[in-house]
Amino acid sequence: MEKFIEISNAEFSYVNEYDDPPTKNTVLKGITLDINRGEFVAVLGHNGSGKSTLAKLLNAINLPEKGEVKIDGIPTSDEEHLYDIRRRVGMVFQNPDNQIVATVVEEDVAFALENIGVEPSEIRRRVDEALKTVGMYEYREHAPHKLSGGQKQRIAIAGVLAMQPECIVMDEPTAMLDPIGRREIMKTIRELNSAGVTIVLITHYMDEAAQAGRVVVMDSGRVIADDVPKKVFSQMEMLKSVGLDVPDVTELTHMLISDGVSLPDDIISEDECFERLYNLLKKGG
Amino acid sequence: MIKDITIGQFFPGKSIVHRLDPRIKLLITVLYIVMLFVADGLAGLGVGVVFMLLAFLLSKIPFKLMLKSIKPLVPIILFTGILNLFFISSGTPVVEWHFIKITDQGIKTMIFMALRIILLICGTSLLTYTTSPITLTDAIERILSPLKIIKFPAHEIAMMMTIALRFIPTLIEETDKIMSAQKARGADMESGNVFHRAKALIPILIPLFVSAFRRAEELALAMECRCYHGGEGRTRLKQLKTAPRDYIAVAATVLFLAAVIALNRLLAS
Repeated sequence: MEKFIEISNAEFSYVNEYDDPPTKNTVLKGITLDINRGEFVAVLGHNGSGKSTLAKLLNAINLPEKGEVKIDGIPTSDEEHLYDIRRRVGMVFQNPDNQIVATVVEEDVAFALENIGVEPSEIRRRVDEALKTVGMYEYREHAPHKLSGGQKQRIAIAGVLAMQPECIVMDEPTAMLDPIGRREIMKTIRELNSAGVTIVLITHYMDEAAQAGRVVVMDSGRVIADDVPKKVFSQMEMLKSVGLDVPDVTELTHMLISDGVSLPDDIISEDECFERLYNLLKKGG
Repeated sequence: MIKDITIGQFFPGKSIVHRLDPRIKLLITVLYIVMLFVADGLAGLGVGVVFMLLAFLLSKIPFKLMLKSIKPLVPIILFTGILNLFFISSGTPVVEWHFIKITDQGIKTMIFMALRIILLICGTSLLTYTTSPITLTDAIERILSPLKIIKFPAHEIAMMMTIALRFIPTLIEETDKIMSAQKARGADMESGNVFHRAKALIPILIPLFVSAFRRAEELALAMECRCYHGGEGRTRLKQLKTAPRDYIAVAATVLFLAAVIALNRLLAS
């Protein structure tokens, strides 16, 4: 597979200038990570593990202090290609309210395209396309503040999608949404990914991470696990030690296994768990 | 309570007033305001009323909304009206009781002033009801853009207005939430004198400001992620184009203005 994002040995720290003497808080301590084109990667980690900071390295909002981040071979420190990088790696944040600039849905989706200087007729076409992709076309003339959280977040995704990025980085996009909104966003994310968009989903919901093709676990500025969800979630002890949970079904099967029930230890979806238990009970009965 | 504020809100529609070029609409509004201030009698304002009603009917905005936009300003209208009623002593007295003297001139001025304020509010509300804030700021940007030569920040001002308009409902909602939260903690905002009440606002304003700054930071980040880099090289989704209807609208407004001036002359002589 083709590498799209290459992070090599990236370090990053925030400096607090108000302290005397200024203190330095190193958030990323040497991250090496490659993300392939078309992948769906979930980044897990508890608060302060550096996962949001990592996200900001991916489209040159922050530049690594040491090491390098390359997007499709272009280092993010290359100022000449700054807007090129930001166009190709879009970013969606946690609070939908704080990402919407305009007072009409379609004008907001057009914002990025207006910034890059796309022709008006082309803007129209791409805005309509992006809104249809996220299923918000009928709301194009609405005021964003009258929409629900999930709808607003889909508008924010459309606003990024209109740039036709190859990769979308989402920093806890469902953290402020209700269960319905969360489901809507996860559905949109899966659809985008199957349409070929590379997704980096930063989250602390295990069930969301379980839907990804690959899970990266971070703890205090380091990558401590990087594998397919089944493999990562089977390491329950390790996840618990860094303050993370496993999906409820995984926890359940682990409890059953320790009680002597013969089940595989890599169950992460409810359907799979149900199937296994059903077969087991049928055989036993 | 605060959600009732309708000034500055936009009601989407497809009427001819909605479709006018926003620059033209701004120009017409300015002409209309001039019209109201040029008129020196009720007859002149009558022309203003006709103009307003005409524009209003064409815009297909529900009548209730207009009343709603006047509602918050009723105290001001009453205040100016009553001041005029009592303090104008010229003309024939209608009521005389101790020191109170109401003259026919006073009543006339009261109606005149109240009507003028109402017409002003209706006119400007109609502008914002029928023009999306973003096109309005767009129009302001275009009108001001010649001033860019003398380094006037036309784009920046338009952007600031857009963001301010976008965040008004968000911050209103937030204020409501903070107020409820403070009330739940026993804050008393309804009793006491003016100073007490002003002081009671502090626990609302501080969290509101803190959150506004946090929002500003996130918004700036999101804008940067969407390649925002000022007004340079920016294109727009909606191009502004004037159509024949725009010229007709301006011509009609100018005629109305001329009618007001003519009426002034006629009645003065």
